[in-house]
Amino acid sequence: MIRLEKRKEPSKFWRIANPFLAVVLTMLAGGVMFAMLGKDPIVAIRLIFFDPIFSETFGSYSRPQLLIKSAPLILIAVGLAIGFKANVWNIGAEGQYIIGALFGAGVALAFFPAPGAHIFPLMVLAGALGGFLWAMIPAILKTRFNTNEILVSLLLVYVAERILAAMALGLMRNPDIAGFPGSRDLRRYEAAHNAELFAGTGIHWGVVAALIAVIFAYAMMTRHMLGFHIQLAGQAPRAARFGGVAPARLVVICLGIAGALAGLAGMFEVSGPGGQVRIEFASGYGFTAIIVAFLGRLNPFGIVLAGLLLGLTYIGGELGQMMLQLPGAAIQVFQGMLLFFLLALDFQTNYRLRLTKGVRA
Amino acid sequence: MRKSLLRLEGLTKAYPGVVANDDVSFDIGEGQIHALLGENGAGKSTLVKMIYGLVKPDAGQMTLRDQPFAPAQPSDARRKGVAMVFQHFSLFDAMDVAENVALGMENPPPLRDLARRIRDVSEAYGLPLDPTRLVGELSAGERQRVEIVRCLLQDPKLLIMDEPTSVLTPQEVDILFRTLRKLSSEGTAILYISHKLEEIRALCDEATILRGGRKIATCDPREKSARELAELMVGQVLHPPERPARPMGDVVLSVDKLSLHSNNPFGTSLKDISFSLRAGEVLGIAGVAGNGQDELLLMLSGELQAPSAQVRLKGQPVGHLGPNARRKRGLVSAPEERLGHAAAPDMSLTSNALLSASERKGLASRGFIDWPATEVFARDIIARFDVRTPGPHVLARALSGGNLQKFVIGREIELDPDVIVVNQPTWGVDAAAAATIRQALLDLAGKGAGVLVISQDLDELLEIADSFAALNEGRLTPVRPARGLDVEEIGLMMGGAHDMHVAQEASA
Repeated sequence: MIRLEKRKEPSKFWRIANPFLAVVLTMLAGGVMFAMLGKDPIVAIRLIFFDPIFSETFGSYSRPQLLIKSAPLILIAVGLAIGFKANVWNIGAEGQYIIGALFGAGVALAFFPAPGAHIFPLMVLAGALGGFLWAMIPAILKTRFNTNEILVSLLLVYVAERILAAMALGLMRNPDIAGFPGSRDLRRYEAAHNAELFAGTGIHWGVVAALIAVIFAYAMMTRHMLGFHIQLAGQAPRAARFGGVAPARLVVICLGIAGALAGLAGMFEVSGPGGQVRIEFASGYGFTAIIVAFLGRLNPFGIVLAGLLLGLTYIGGELGQMMLQLPGAAIQVFQGMLLFFLLALDFQTNYRLRLTKGVRA
Repeated sequence: MRKSLLRLEGLTKAYPGVVANDDVSFDIGEGQIHALLGENGAGKSTLVKMIYGLVKPDAGQMTLRDQPFAPAQPSDARRKGVAMVFQHFSLFDAMDVAENVALGMENPPPLRDLARRIRDVSEAYGLPLDPTRLVGELSAGERQRVEIVRCLLQDPKLLIMDEPTSVLTPQEVDILFRTLRKLSSEGTAILYISHKLEEIRALCDEATILRGGRKIATCDPREKSARELAELMVGQVLHPPERPARPMGDVVLSVDKLSLHSNNPFGTSLKDISFSLRAGEVLGIAGVAGNGQDELLLMLSGELQAPSAQVRLKGQPVGHLGPNARRKRGLVSAPEERLGHAAAPDMSLTSNALLSASERKGLASRGFIDWPATEVFARDIIARFDVRTPGPHVLARALSGGNLQKFVIGREIELDPDVIVVNQPTWGVDAAAAATIRQALLDLAGKGAGVLVISQDLDELLEIADSFAALNEGRLTPVRPARGLDVEEIGLMMGGAHDMHVAQEASA
């Protein structure tokens, strides 16, 4: 008979090994899925995980794409991970990302077509502020009325999507091109354009911001009382109160940081790779970032690796659609499987399976 | 010599890394009240769990009335006449007494019949209990009666009681003892687990002493002094704490007519609490669990806030301040629950040192933590309070209860406070560690700090307190000098026994 036994201490080995194992299992299960779709699994897996970087044909296009796709994931996931550590479950980063983009684009469109070096910094501030304010809705509802932040933040994603559509069709629509939804292309407005900083690398201000966020988050979580209090609140809420942590303040801080970072990610996207406010602007980064945060073990540097990996699946998924006519949903299935396998494997971090002889009731 | 009821032979049980019971053998006679005595971690619980079918021995056997006895699960044990009252009750607050009793039975009779049987048994044994009352409204002592009556309905041959008096007032203890003696005289054997020596000497016919998983001795406790029993139990000579005479200083902490609503739905609200504590004084606050001890500690630590002027520290109003602001002004505290409240279980001792010391020890500047200095501080605590651990990197939950308690109390004492408030400082702690902690508190008072000890252990309070009060349903009695108080008076201060007159009628 198989029995579960709780480990005395969580296994350090499995904590580190599980993300890698989850990737391998995802590849295997993905291969089976592709085989069932009638595609050659080895070719498909190679196309998704290796060709974007190593292929001669696609590499020059997709290598810079890697940073472009990964940066928002990392930026958002770093913020989410801080909250997750404190048991504050912000599931609505997608909404904060959208509102951040709208705030940033709003500043740009308000100044259009004036030149000026102050415009882009203002957009950055506006983007962070937008995400922050959107995250304050679940924060205040939670601290005031004890609502569940998971539900509120998630449902606000759909509200944000509606606002995005309304903006693309209405207030922010490009007045120069009649009949088309979508704002002006910010890439054509120099003062607001989040351009590539080094040609051919994909590095834009969002990538820089992601790096800074990673370093700051790491320093805060390991060296600062705030990080200590966040971990304390997550692990032992009563001990946190004894240590002088005000739980309500912590909820506001965690949601605020995550919201601001998600808003920044949205703003860098809309002013750079995305280019304009469109109905289909939101591409699920806010949700994928949840997977990134867990796959990276809520550790800022782990999140960098996980963000790069999931960025890769975005690009590989596009390649797969182009080259093998894989369905577009395949990549979401892939990302979902990754989280699924990780959570399943994490069970053995805290428990071990035991084979026992005899029967016990 | 009585006829043997249950014989244990060579019982051994090992867990990874620790041998909980090593070759334990003894006999329990028919109708005997047999004490099982030992410190925490001596192996009492494991042994009892084997008898009750919760744990399977690795080696050794048991015989019950000359029949092999190897219960695979508690229901086997119950069928063969072994019943157990646990230290922690398994009762549902929202159900009435009869419903709770029915839940524990395999084939419960109709509730009306059951209620009548509960009434019969509770009257026969002097344990007044109304089967229609909601368990949520009962005192701890009454809840224990529910558990006992539940066992008695099975007509057991052996009744196991795990630390039954820890939740009782002295008067309730008397009632319980009368019941147990009556059961014994009717032929029911009782295995009585405790570390309270005077109780065992008053009640038990025979005592088996465990230490480190082994049987040390089986003796007649009435022929030994409490001191001798304690030394058998601990394995070393014990020194009672020293109480140097010391002058009392000014009032350092005062609470004035404070009422505070508990934020916990099953908590106890504080009602009209007033007391004052002087520098150098040890004030002991007694009370049965759940009478407002937690709320009193939270109110003093700053985790619950009060109207500012009703709590004063060295004359300054502090009621509105949070825990860190109070620490900064010299008021520190150590809550009852070590794991999860006084310390974070999954954090290292170094992190746990930081938990309450960052302010007074200056371990963080502008929010940035000085980890090396924090580690040094953790090492200091470990060294000064003899915390047995490989080092400050160890997780709090890996420490034994006594060691973690020494660490937690040591941490607060090292902060050099003007006032320290502790709740249950030696609960579940071995005797040697308890002596260290009590001595440390007395030394702190000797240096001029005000010490407030909330405890359910009366012996502890009588040993260290200068003055004494009791909490009863959220109210605090007037403070009295501890000298000259006897246990009877203290019991009355703690609220006496619930329904005691009924009990006396019933047992008369």
